[in-house]
Amino acid sequence: MDALLSSLSFIALYGVSYGVVLFTISIGLVVTMGLMRIINMAHGAFAALGGYFAVSLMNAFSVPFAIAVPAAVLGVALFSVFVERLFYVHIYTASELDQVLLTVGLAYIAIAGLNLAFGPNVFPGQLPRLLTTNVDLGLRTFPAYRLFLIAVGFLLVVALWYVFDRTSFGARLRAAVDNRTMAQAIGINVPRLFSLVFAIGCGLAALGGAIGYAIFPLEPVYPFKYLVLVLIIVSLTGFGNIKPAVGVAVFVGVVDTACRYLFPSVGAFIIYAILIGLIIHKHAGIFTRRSPS
Amino acid sequence: MTVRSELLERHVFRPVEIIYWLLLLAAFFAFPSYLSVATTVVIMSLFALSLDLILGFGGIVTLGHAAYFGMGAYAAALLAFGGFQEPISATLLAGLIAAGLALIIGPALLLLEGLPLIMVTMAITAILFEAANKASWLTGGDDGLRDFSFSPVFGLFPWSVYGQTSYLYAVGWLAVLFVLVRRVVSSPFGVALQGIRENRARMKLIGSPVVGHLVRAYVLSAFMAGVAGALHAQTNKFVSLEVLSIDTSVDVVVMLVLGGIGRLYGALIGAPVYILVKHFAATWSPYHWMFIIGALLIIAVRFVRGGLLGILGHIGAWFAGVGGARKS
Amino acid sequence: MTTFALETIDLCKTFGALKVVDHVSLRLPQGARHALIGPNGAGKTTVVQLLSGVLRPDSGRILLGGIDISASSQQRRVKHGLVRTFQVTNLFRGLTVLENVFLAVSERHGVSRQMITAAGKRRDLIERAELIIEQLGLGADRHRRISEIAYGQQRLVEIAVALSLDPKVLLLDEPAAGIPSKEVSLLLDAVERLPADIAILMIEHDMHVVRRFASEVSVLVGGRILMSGLPQEVMASEQVRTVYLGQTGQKRFTTAASHA
Repeated sequence: MDALLSSLSFIALYGVSYGVVLFTISIGLVVTMGLMRIINMAHGAFAALGGYFAVSLMNAFSVPFAIAVPAAVLGVALFSVFVERLFYVHIYTASELDQVLLTVGLAYIAIAGLNLAFGPNVFPGQLPRLLTTNVDLGLRTFPAYRLFLIAVGFLLVVALWYVFDRTSFGARLRAAVDNRTMAQAIGINVPRLFSLVFAIGCGLAALGGAIGYAIFPLEPVYPFKYLVLVLIIVSLTGFGNIKPAVGVAVFVGVVDTACRYLFPSVGAFIIYAILIGLIIHKHAGIFTRRSPS
Repeated sequence: MTVRSELLERHVFRPVEIIYWLLLLAAFFAFPSYLSVATTVVIMSLFALSLDLILGFGGIVTLGHAAYFGMGAYAAALLAFGGFQEPISATLLAGLIAAGLALIIGPALLLLEGLPLIMVTMAITAILFEAANKASWLTGGDDGLRDFSFSPVFGLFPWSVYGQTSYLYAVGWLAVLFVLVRRVVSSPFGVALQGIRENRARMKLIGSPVVGHLVRAYVLSAFMAGVAGALHAQTNKFVSLEVLSIDTSVDVVVMLVLGGIGRLYGALIGAPVYILVKHFAATWSPYHWMFIIGALLIIAVRFVRGGLLGILGHIGAWFAGVGGARKS
Repeated sequence: MTTFALETIDLCKTFGALKVVDHVSLRLPQGARHALIGPNGAGKTTVVQLLSGVLRPDSGRILLGGIDISASSQQRRVKHGLVRTFQVTNLFRGLTVLENVFLAVSERHGVSRQMITAAGKRRDLIERAELIIEQLGLGADRHRRISEIAYGQQRLVEIAVALSLDPKVLLLDEPAAGIPSKEVSLLLDAVERLPADIAILMIEHDMHVVRRFASEVSVLVGGRILMSGLPQEVMASEQVRTVYLGQTGQKRFTTAASHA
């Protein structure tokens, strides 16, 4: 019985923390896809940049973790504004194929650039000592890092909920997601909103990359490595729905961890099967946007 | 000769096309020491051609075509291990196996559009990749399958070290399947497929069995991809998990786009360019080619519609008459 | 009891709390020239969507030549002979006029599964397409892309595509909408030349078009059929005038008449 509880708590904690990182990386994409309706295959690149940036600050300049992470988030968010103005504005109304191709192109350049700047091997990053200690929760001891991730996830959900549901910015965002032309007609500056939201989305991705590098190691192919999972999560939540995103990401994290733990010979493979089934169930015969138009 | 209706004139063989096929044959004599790269080029051209059918003509954006390429490759290798070493029939069988998978998942898959479709195609490839990875007793896992061989082609041409047989064998398959796919896209079915690409909703209102048509095209496309995969196994005598990777799926889409989609010859031109860039840039570093291809993709989307064939089409309008100019 | 070409029996559709189509019953005999009019938001487009199969009714039935098609898919309905045109043209914009019509002809002749012989070699299909194109006066434009021809011409192509499907019942959804008035008569000539045995249901706003085209008119208001009858009867009806012109309008009308 004890062993069972221990296993369950392991799966729960590791799965949820894994899910939190996935959530943090994915949520930016959920919002940008919901608002701008574009498929962004380069989203993972912003997460990678966040991770590399934070770890570089810590390694090269001994910047403490608590400062490096926000700095990375801000840096990537600012950088994303340039990228958005330079490339993404041109594909908001393009076909899906074009969007995929352009963003894949950007992702390729990102990967090649990361390799050039940081080398092809896993970029080593130390976690701050505080997070490497173990915390005894009775059933098992867990690394503080994992608990930290869950805490961050919780705070993030609360913050996002507050911004989207309670602020006027959130209201404008929801209006623009719902009906872009109407929002513009009532005076919402949609292009500026897009840039802002894109920056937020990329900043969130960077946050995911910056706090998650112990679970998702930093290497040049990072932008593509977890892209499938992220895109699947986004596809399952629909576009622009924040709340389901938490549930889905955590679900993915827990199921994936559980499968790897319980059925190691089958592993990640079940996750994909379940997700495919869910996507087909959810989307077949329905227009990709919530309301038929 | 002015092209008045691309859809209805696609079956017309234009003299300019002969240049491509002559170049293919000339390469055999001109580059005897590069035949293995050349063979890879031909095989990937076939793979890209298979994608053109479903993507260029059917409008189905898939990032999961490596699933069929990989299935064909593993099928051929396993057949050889099992003693089935006649190359041509093994290839046909491998293609049919890949087509079989497409027939099973097609009817559900092709109900989707847009991002969900892309996602599921990627997820299916990811599943197959994981499955192959785990089933290392069958697939050799990370190490892959090697040390299998095939009997001589037609019983006459043994597989030589220098790759002459491989090259001509691959060219033969490419030529035959090219003729087949060209017939199909020129037929009333092909015209309907392009109608589906242009306006799926309207096709339904014309009474067209949209999903049925798409499934057929998808199955044929999977067959061709499976054949390409089998050829890959036979000419390399080695199959690794790479053939089932999403990277391979993305590679083939990029190749096709660079050459020009919906033109048939776009696939045949995009593949060589992509592979040669990758091959020569790889001598600097494994990643540098991504700078070039990434930039080319961005240029292709932003400025140059229709890929390389589009460019050539602008230069020589009569060249663009081949296979039909893609409307942007 | 005669079988009608198209018949709807108490068709209902509700969106949320709104009854958009409320017990609509229509009957079109063979060769009918029936117009459906009504103010904006009356539910006319929804009726068309219910008939063509884009939407399923909440209750009621649709009979095509006596066959119940209420649950049939869009494709099935087309195969049975129910064809619609679009208010905003919904053609294959990147393809030429001939290619657009060819697609429909090819589908109608059940040829679209055929994968071996070249489409361009099917002279019979191409000639049939060209015949229809000529009938609608589009011959000069046959090799031009839809995106390149005038809007009025595009509407004619819409009708050409519909004709190619050998319809028994044709739904014309505001065929004259958005066309400059000089081109409207061309369109109406084309509509007049449509085969006499096809039953046509036309959704229209423009009363001149209705007067010229229709032998029977139904007025749809708030999802319900207010009245049906000959065009002159309907237009003379007080009820209808009120709905269209409003109370003030009607007053103005009668005052003007009494001053004449």
